[in-house]
Amino acid sequence: MKIVVGVDLGSTTTKAVLLDEQGRIVGRGITNSRSNYEVACAIARDDALTSARFDLLDRALRDAAADADPADLSQRLHAAFRLELYLDDLGALARRMGEVLDAGGPRATAQVRQGIEQALSEMRERAHATFLGGGGRKSDFFRDLASAAFVAAAEPVAATLGLRFDDLVWAFDRAILDVETELRELAFASLLARAAQRIAGDLETPSLRERLMRVVDEIASLPIVEASFVGTGYGRQTLPFPKAAVRSEILCHGRGAHRLFPGTRTVLDIGGQDTKAIQVDDRGVVTSFQMNDRCAAGCGRYLGYIADELNLGLHELGPLALQSKRAVRINSTCTVFAGAELRERLSLGEDREDILAGLHRAIMLRAMSLLARSGGVRDELTFTGGVCKNGAATKVLRELVDENYGAGITLNAHPDSIYMGALGAALFALDDLDAGRPNLLEVAAPRRAPPAAPANRACAGCS
Amino acid sequence: MSELVRVGKSPAAQRAAEAENKDRSQVRQKRMISDHFDKLARAKEDGRKVVYTFVPGNLTELIGAFGMLPVLPEINALQSGMRGRSGAYIAEAERGGHSEDVCSYVKCDLGMLRSGNLGPTGTPLPKPDLLLLSYTGCFTFMKWFEILKAEYDCPVVMLHVPYQATGQVTREMRDYVVRQLEHDVIPAMERVAGKKLDLDELVAQLTRSARAEDAIVDVWESAKARPSPIDAYFGGVYYVGPIFSSFRGSEDAIAYYEELREEVRGRAARGEGPMTPDGPMGEQKWRLVVEGPPNWTSFNDFWRMFAKEGAVVVASTYTRVGGLYDYGFRHDPRDPLGTLADYCLGCYTNHSLPARADLLEKYVREYQADGFVINSVKSCNSFSAGQLLLMRELEKRTGVPGGFIESDLVDPRYFGKANIENRLQSYLQMLEARREGRAPERTALPVALPVLAPGAT
Repeated sequence: MKIVVGVDLGSTTTKAVLLDEQGRIVGRGITNSRSNYEVACAIARDDALTSARFDLLDRALRDAAADADPADLSQRLHAAFRLELYLDDLGALARRMGEVLDAGGPRATAQVRQGIEQALSEMRERAHATFLGGGGRKSDFFRDLASAAFVAAAEPVAATLGLRFDDLVWAFDRAILDVETELRELAFASLLARAAQRIAGDLETPSLRERLMRVVDEIASLPIVEASFVGTGYGRQTLPFPKAAVRSEILCHGRGAHRLFPGTRTVLDIGGQDTKAIQVDDRGVVTSFQMNDRCAAGCGRYLGYIADELNLGLHELGPLALQSKRAVRINSTCTVFAGAELRERLSLGEDREDILAGLHRAIMLRAMSLLARSGGVRDELTFTGGVCKNGAATKVLRELVDENYGAGITLNAHPDSIYMGALGAALFALDDLDAGRPNLLEVAAPRRAPPAAPANRACAGCS
Repeated sequence: MSELVRVGKSPAAQRAAEAENKDRSQVRQKRMISDHFDKLARAKEDGRKVVYTFVPGNLTELIGAFGMLPVLPEINALQSGMRGRSGAYIAEAERGGHSEDVCSYVKCDLGMLRSGNLGPTGTPLPKPDLLLLSYTGCFTFMKWFEILKAEYDCPVVMLHVPYQATGQVTREMRDYVVRQLEHDVIPAMERVAGKKLDLDELVAQLTRSARAEDAIVDVWESAKARPSPIDAYFGGVYYVGPIFSSFRGSEDAIAYYEELREEVRGRAARGEGPMTPDGPMGEQKWRLVVEGPPNWTSFNDFWRMFAKEGAVVVASTYTRVGGLYDYGFRHDPRDPLGTLADYCLGCYTNHSLPARADLLEKYVREYQADGFVINSVKSCNSFSAGQLLLMRELEKRTGVPGGFIESDLVDPRYFGKANIENRLQSYLQMLEARREGRAPERTALPVALPVLAPGAT
């Protein structure tokens, strides 16, 4: 299969979308934009390739395992694959933490080493339940998963061994940054084979096991050829992409949104540190745009800051704000001032939900100003970027659009709108391929360490 | 206005690069500026009077006819910006109680004053003997000199130039300015100079001005060629240096502009583009018109953003704030005071929004521009108010989309390089997408993106 790749290097997350030669979306991936954009780019692309192969795998399973609930089989295979990947990453983390301890220092005592080994062992044992136990996860990014798991494991270990918790976390903090900026090859075939082996024992018949392994072999060995690449987003300038392989995220968001919702004439993109109001024509070509000035007030980072102030997860803000009965009027969208205003309101006894509702309204008022300056809202408004996943933000936007432009405006807020920039980039990559001037994404070879050795796969529930 | 200021190179490498990338006219201009500041540093011992005044509506010929030396605080501020000093000067002014929202030219000037009043070339600036307040469209000018009057305790004379609200200069408006020149401005200057106006010298100055003005019009119009031998914004701000500031009406100005014209003609004949901070400009992919002043604190970075995208500016309005010569005006020695009135009334800053739209439209059409960019500066309400309306109006009239950038004059805090570059690149890519056209997307809509894959780490 020949594919083209679009990658959107945002300030918070990096997204990739793959299209086939007919322009169909065949894969997508996302990762956190760590301190190394190059690695983030490669991981998002690998994630999208994985998604493309799983898409093919799902289709093949529907034929090959029609008698055995192929959707459930696929879901278990997905989860097992993710578990294998997590265990590999955990192996890399353990190795790096060992190196940190080997480097010495006053904290690198034998007792600390013992505590860390115990915590890591505990993490490996709990991994099975995390991925195959049926519960949900707040994040799929390794840093988030590993951080939560390490804290959970290290606290009792520290108590048992009489160690300070900080002495265990210190090595983790040092190592996790290195691990997530380390470029490791994604060995899809071997990961998938291990995942299949892991779930095969539970399958009802030898025939089903045999069919699963056959499909897995077929899909893992299917060649996927990258024929063209375009990068976009905040981090695009820092990467060694050829200039021709770079497009502005304004064009990409406009085109991506138009592709998914062809009636789109106005796009509002609220990302980590930029808000953009974009007008497009009937072909998705940008005709006008406005974006926030240097300040990130009213962007995703603002919400992140507020979440930190309230000791909440980012994903918890929207649902809380939706519970508000009476939104508080917040005057400042300046991130710094808003923190002060937030504390002032709390001290005055205002409800947290009402304050959050006011903050969401303040952000969207700022976005409305940009929309007005870009030429207003016409026909269909498509909301893109990370903030569109926030239900309270979408609700306020709906209200403000109705107030300012009448109730006839269609508001599109697709749950996958975060991928619009990458989708637009992929469409440009397809144009480049058609025009005979494709570029390819070449990421530098691993710089710090060779690919991680397979981790110890023994964990609770497996034999 | 100033020599190029380079960044990221050793002083020796910087000097070598500058020498290599400089036209002879630019070297001449640098010498002229240096000589002028030397004269200012010696003004008191030489017994020469010093007049502080503003660029729009400046009466340089009148100042020259009295043998007095002009100082232009705006130019000092922008040069401080280019030399990386404005941030500290602004901070100094803010410590003195001036708000963050005050015009950054004003604060830069006041900060410089409070920091020893060394001019851009490092020589001390003399105190003014007269503050000549030409009021052409900028209310802040009045407040600025009000503050300077308090600092220097010297006389102020104001020339009130009526705003061209209807886009027309009436006889009454012209007479009103002439009367002020006769009854207020010239008598005030005579009191400071201790002598009567030498009308013959004023006529000689105006005659020389017209010659320099002829030459600069030829320079502007050279940008109609493809490739354009000039950049009429980034290069243009150097070209207007002498004619906007202390040199109009001088022999030096004639020598400078005639030399510049020859250089530009030479480049046009050879099919060459302008010089940029990184050497001769390559392919000119985009011809742009620019409205609004440039950012001075990151001037070369700002220029490079355009140059590296192959964008050459073929006309700009900022280079008309000190006079609109390319639509016919010349200083006319036959009517010395009337021509000074016409000059002041016709400055770009004294034009209404509809008149500015007319001018920009002409530039877009006559210079066959692919697009136009507005640099909206935080400091200057006179320029920035209504610029979005201007953009929409121009888009409507020309069918060409506009680009909108926000920065500031000399406050380095308001130059966000990544943000500005993003906007400019997006704008040019938008023009490119329009130029190429595009067929509708080939594939019908997917209902949704594929399910979230496992694997992201």
